[in-house]
Amino acid sequence: MDLLAQYVMNGVMLGLMYALVALGFTLFFGVLDVVQFAHGDVVTAGAFAGLATYAGLVLAGVESAVPQLVLVVIAATLSMAVLGAVLGRVLVLPLKGAPPLNVLLATLMGGTALRECIRLFYPGGSQPQRFPALLPSASWSMGHFTLRLDNVLMIVAGGVLVLGLSLVLRRTRLGLEIRAVAQDEETARTMGIDFRRVVLLTFAIGSALAAFAGVMHGLYYNEINFGSGLLLGVIGFSAAVLGGLGSFGGAVLGGFLFAGLQTLGAVALPFASAYKDVFAFTVVILLMTWKPTGLIGEQLGERV
Amino acid sequence: MRTASAGTRAISALALAAVAGLLLYGFLATESEKTVGLILLAAVVAVAGGLRSGVLPRLVHAAGAGPVLGALGLSMLALIITFHDDPFVLLLMARALLVLVACLGLHVQLADAGVPNFAGAAFFGVGGYTAAVLGRSDLPHLLILLASGAVAAAVGSLLLLPLLRTRGHYAALITIAFGLLFRTFLEVNDTLGGPQGLKLGGLRILGWSFNDDRQLLGMDFSGYAFYCLAAVVLALFAVALVRRVERSWIGVALDAVRLDETAAACFGISIGRWKIAAFTLGNALIGVAGGLSAMMVGFIAPNNFTFQESLVLVSILLLGGLGNLAGLAVAALLVIWLPEKLQPIQEFRYLLFSVLVVLVLVLRPAGLVRRTARRPFGSVAW
Repeated sequence: MDLLAQYVMNGVMLGLMYALVALGFTLFFGVLDVVQFAHGDVVTAGAFAGLATYAGLVLAGVESAVPQLVLVVIAATLSMAVLGAVLGRVLVLPLKGAPPLNVLLATLMGGTALRECIRLFYPGGSQPQRFPALLPSASWSMGHFTLRLDNVLMIVAGGVLVLGLSLVLRRTRLGLEIRAVAQDEETARTMGIDFRRVVLLTFAIGSALAAFAGVMHGLYYNEINFGSGLLLGVIGFSAAVLGGLGSFGGAVLGGFLFAGLQTLGAVALPFASAYKDVFAFTVVILLMTWKPTGLIGEQLGERV
Repeated sequence: MRTASAGTRAISALALAAVAGLLLYGFLATESEKTVGLILLAAVVAVAGGLRSGVLPRLVHAAGAGPVLGALGLSMLALIITFHDDPFVLLLMARALLVLVACLGLHVQLADAGVPNFAGAAFFGVGGYTAAVLGRSDLPHLLILLASGAVAAAVGSLLLLPLLRTRGHYAALITIAFGLLFRTFLEVNDTLGGPQGLKLGGLRILGWSFNDDRQLLGMDFSGYAFYCLAAVVLALFAVALVRRVERSWIGVALDAVRLDETAAACFGISIGRWKIAAFTLGNALIGVAGGLSAMMVGFIAPNNFTFQESLVLVSILLLGGLGNLAGLAVAALLVIWLPEKLQPIQEFRYLLFSVLVVLVLVLRPAGLVRRTARRPFGSVAW
């Protein structure tokens, strides 16, 4: 029982991370009907931006953990928001109207460029980098189950972020504009909505979420690697597709579903736990064969 | 349409092949980066001038595709003989040719039928691992090469149902997921050597081991010369096959399926059947190339078949101009050779290619070379 609780806890942690990445994919797809595949690498870039900020703070003599953490998160999210908007402006908007595969390829290559830049130009970037433990490390043990304070804090913060995004989308003027563009770009334009502004803001928001997920990833594993964005991106995209691209709830559901599959693959199945990704991706392919447009199908008018 | 005499055809084809061969020779022979640049410049000038003045298309047209292919094969043969004792150059040539074959497979899938495949390197790997596993048995090696293709096609058929039920992004995701899945599978599977990979014996046909150096015509040929020859034969076969397919009614059906599924279905073209055919044929080509490549290198590991490598294959397709076989060949040579010849860019090659592809996609969305429309009769459409 306590072992089960431990797995659930880990699954929730991973699921939240995946959901944050998947939300980006779903937001972009909502406003522009494109898949921005550099998103996974934005996650890594966010983590590295956080790490660089930390190094800078240590150099500047900021020693206590709270300001460090706050500044790391702020620097990572803000810089990735800018980067996301730039990517949207340079890679995605010019390709509006091109075949979907071109956009996919352009952003895949953009992601590769980003990944290579981290590997080549971040000091020691080709090696895995240690990520500092900025959260309090208190923990409570109950049998096999260890409840770690840092995990709880991250889950709460991530959950608040997801709820906050949902509120922004449903309650604010910007959210209304985003939903309007997602529903019908032409009509939204005739209603006086600045299309480019909405698209770029959406890219900024999605990428900021990715940066947050990247910092979470670093804090959770205590290590970041220039190449991990690729897998995270594919997982996030799979999660968004599983839920149904363009659906807010679907992305969150898909994120947790994928984490659940991975945990199941690692724990409950007869073969070695190393096969957990093989299992998870196999199930993703099977699910997509069964429901080609996602579990919560893409429905007009209900996109983000 | 007036057909040229046999003599004109042969001369035109040989002239083309001679120019191409000279450029390749210069490129391969030089050690200095400056000369590489000059030769590239010369090549660009030659091709651009040939296209602008209409000489190049006229030569190709006068010769006909078959003689041009034959003559190019001859010039490759001449290059092999020239570099007979330089294993490095021979290995480079063979690698580029095998990558070209793999790209031809992708070409059938993506450029002809419009089925995305972002797992090219994975299918290349399937071929390689098949060759490695079957190589332990006593099966004749030619049969093993065929089996590499067959197994790659069979593994690909696992993806058929998902691919037929999805399209666009979703289909792309399925192949991406498969590519990652395949690599993870290789890394954790101990029977296939895990992350360390497997060793292979060399290709042996009728008791003749390709790995051994041997004397022919008074020259010491490096073993790689024979692999290179095999790669030339395979590449010529693949190009001829793909061209035949494209110029036949199969090609018309594939075009229709790619351009407009609804319209194709209205004309009674079975979308599923042609997508299956293209995907399977493509994977078989990739698999055979992978098998031969593994035998040549003598060693395979999961790290050779990353998603990054799949992306390189797709980039070659795109840089060559989607749907353009001549461009495809040039792009394959450049993408494989340039980083080897220009050492300073070796480290930056992925960055360079990715930025190049992005630039092409953003600045020239229709492709680097505009795709020519099909002219059913009397044309030589490359």
